[in-house]
Amino acid sequence: MYGLLWRLLPGPWPVRLLIALALTLAVVAVLFTWGFPVLAPLMPFNDGTVSQ
Amino acid sequence: MRVLRGAVHGLGELFITLGLVLLLFVGWQLWWTDVVSNRAQDQTTRDLEQMWKPRVVPKPGEPPAPAPVEPAVSSVTFGSAFALIRVPRFGRDYVRPILQGTDLSILDEGVGHYADSASPGAVGNFAVAGHRVTYGKPFNQIAELRTGDPIVVETRTTWYVYRVVRHTIVTPDRVDVVAPVPERPGVRPTARMMTMTACHPEFSARLRYVVFSQLAQTISKTDGAAPAVLRG
Repeated sequence: MYGLLWRLLPGPWPVRLLIALALTLAVVAVLFTWGFPVLAPLMPFNDGTVSQ
Repeated sequence: MRVLRGAVHGLGELFITLGLVLLLFVGWQLWWTDVVSNRAQDQTTRDLEQMWKPRVVPKPGEPPAPAPVEPAVSSVTFGSAFALIRVPRFGRDYVRPILQGTDLSILDEGVGHYADSASPGAVGNFAVAGHRVTYGKPFNQIAELRTGDPIVVETRTTWYVYRVVRHTIVTPDRVDVVAPVPERPGVRPTARMMTMTACHPEFSARLRYVVFSQLAQTISKTDGAAPAVLRG
């Protein structure tokens, strides 16, 4: 998976490294902004209210 | 053989990726939600204080502006802030907004008011909930509260000073802790109580840590000074 990705990236290795880092950051940003907030309410430690 | 090795390799990479994402989630939940929520809650606090400031300053000789009127808490829209809570035991500078409603999305923005419960300072039970961990964790130190500790609720017009009476630990279905007379549903209230709920133990939603307080002092803001318990 990662090997294939590395081969698909264009340019010499420093350029590839930069692109790879940028891609990683983009994935992290997407997870922080959209992924995790959707997941969080399903976690068992977030509710502090009493309800029936 | 080569295909099998490739599949095992790919599977291994997938598991490593999942592990990293899980670690990232923990970091997001334990650190980033605090960063974002603290920033948002500070901003809400500043906005509220700004909104409460008298708009027109009367010129000398003119009669002073009429005292602002407190809107009924039941008319506050879900998710909007209407009061501030200060707890000296949680720190000298501790202040958090109180918002209407206790939905999870509202609790991420501050302390939530059980919408069916009483207004601040009213006869009955002013009940609020807050996160014990994550999202700015406003009630992180709830278990450090001791009998007699002041809990100060500030509204547009008034300071209400409650004093902690006692605490209890209950299961999450015990809605009677937010009843008008705490733990005695159906009984007509005569006292002015306040209930705070948070999850318990920390990092679990198995139980609720509940603190009951009783109103000790009401100070109109037109009389000037903030409660003495907030000084020093």
